[in-house]
Amino acid sequence: MSKIIIGRYIPGNSVVYKMDPRGKIIATFLFIVIIFLANNWLSYLFLSFFTLLAVGATKLKPKVFWDGVKPLIWLILFTSVLQLFFTTGGKIYWHWGIFNVSEYGIQNSIFIFIRFVMIILISTVLTLTTTSLEIADGMEWILRPLGYLKVPVAQIALVMSIALRFVPTLLDQAVRIMNAQRARGADFNSGGLIKRIHAIIPILIPLFISSLTIAIDLATAMEARGYREGSKRTRYRVLKWSKYDWINLGYFALLTLILLLTRTY
Amino acid sequence: MSIEFKNVDYIYAPETPFQTQGLADISFKIKSGSFVAIAGHTGSGKSTLMQHFDGLLLPSSGAVNIADKTITSNTSSKSLKEIRKKVGLVFQFPESQLFEETVLKDVMFGPLNFGFSEQKAKEQAIEWIEKVGLSEQVMNKSPFELSGGQMRRVAIAGVMAYEPDILCLDEPAAGLDPEGQKQMFDIFKNYQQEGHTVILISHNMDDISQYADDMLVLEHGRLIKHASPKEVFSDPNWVKEHFLDEPATSKFARELEKGGFQFSEMPLTIDSLVNKIANNLKAKGGNE
Repeated sequence: MSKIIIGRYIPGNSVVYKMDPRGKIIATFLFIVIIFLANNWLSYLFLSFFTLLAVGATKLKPKVFWDGVKPLIWLILFTSVLQLFFTTGGKIYWHWGIFNVSEYGIQNSIFIFIRFVMIILISTVLTLTTTSLEIADGMEWILRPLGYLKVPVAQIALVMSIALRFVPTLLDQAVRIMNAQRARGADFNSGGLIKRIHAIIPILIPLFISSLTIAIDLATAMEARGYREGSKRTRYRVLKWSKYDWINLGYFALLTLILLLTRTY
Repeated sequence: MSIEFKNVDYIYAPETPFQTQGLADISFKIKSGSFVAIAGHTGSGKSTLMQHFDGLLLPSSGAVNIADKTITSNTSSKSLKEIRKKVGLVFQFPESQLFEETVLKDVMFGPLNFGFSEQKAKEQAIEWIEKVGLSEQVMNKSPFELSGGQMRRVAIAGVMAYEPDILCLDEPAAGLDPEGQKQMFDIFKNYQQEGHTVILISHNMDDISQYADDMLVLEHGRLIKHASPKEVFSDPNWVKEHFLDEPATSKFARELEKGGFQFSEMPLTIDSLVNKIANNLKAKGGNE
């Protein structure tokens, strides 16, 4: 479980860490949109260059990013291979039944590969350098316009930050329960599918019970400290927009512009 | 059944940015049939050490010798079940491990996993539910209908029902009322006197001085002392330096010494304290 890098935060102090989470979230989402603007070799070259620049700016070890890509490598290769064999057009190099390797197929499979890796890298940059609370705060700010549509943004934000706060607690609890049951002879790693599903019960039931207990206790504690639903609250964590965020968005606008130019070119 | 640690190191999350040293170069040997206390400041590695006793954690380097089996970093998980049958682990707040529909079924979970027959498992479960001080009416109730203290007893019965040769307890009495604490400790002491090894992790020096006959003191993942409680508590300055506390009895005795009482050695149990005070008074009374 400790090998999974997606959704993990690694403390550091490079420029990327000083950026506002709102800017980073917006840039990440837009990146996934503009990645589809790229349609030729030159645009992919620029895209890769800018992504690697962002990765480099975090000043984290490259191995960390490789750990982020690794669990998805089979999905990426599978998709690329499908593209390779089932795209027609251009010169056909090889043909057998419904399979064929064509000029466009090779090109498309490489493009898809780059696309996947770039999306994973950029979202890893976001999660590695932003704490989950910052992400929740940023999301709340981004969702704020939905308040006009009677969406309870403040409550959603509270739910998000509580949920994020309890991910590590529940993970710890799950590990503790697993260990306790293992000590009593439970076996989670052997037997057939049915047996393994059955073996999860001694973990799941205590975990449900303890999450419900935590929820009840937390609700009482929050009420005791003056929390009332719907009443106005001030905020303690204030997001601050700095010059780095203008650089971030400027960099992003530049990339969009270049992609548009290479498209028409 | 003895336990021996040979230069055991344990590193959490090796080769990641989250790498931390849990245990460093731990070596000791515990005699079979003793009551061992493990003490140390929060984060000193007590729980990490305990999880090595039945292979929940494998040492990163070094070897653990338990019940004629050796656990090293590349021991396969298949061979561990035998060890787990012989070493019972009661985790902190063990009531969080209850899951079955009835108390009886929950206590039977361990014995059944370790190959007891249905009949035998049931007998053992009933025996231990009674031994930990629960009435027969509780047996067919859901464990979630019980009070916190009763749940704790059920959880402890669930580990003791397969009668492990070595019983490890992590703060078993935390959160119990004083009477419940004493009751549980008497059960553990009895269990030891029947010939089993009991290992206790505790922050409560009174419990340690009262029940233990051997003691391991940890600090920052290192073993800094392995001696009897008598020796450990004989030097109050050392005890204070290493963030431990003196037992109430020897503290009290030290105060009495200021008033003219004489103690040949610091009393660690209430009984010995009372005896020594009585002897002191008798000696004084004789002089008058």
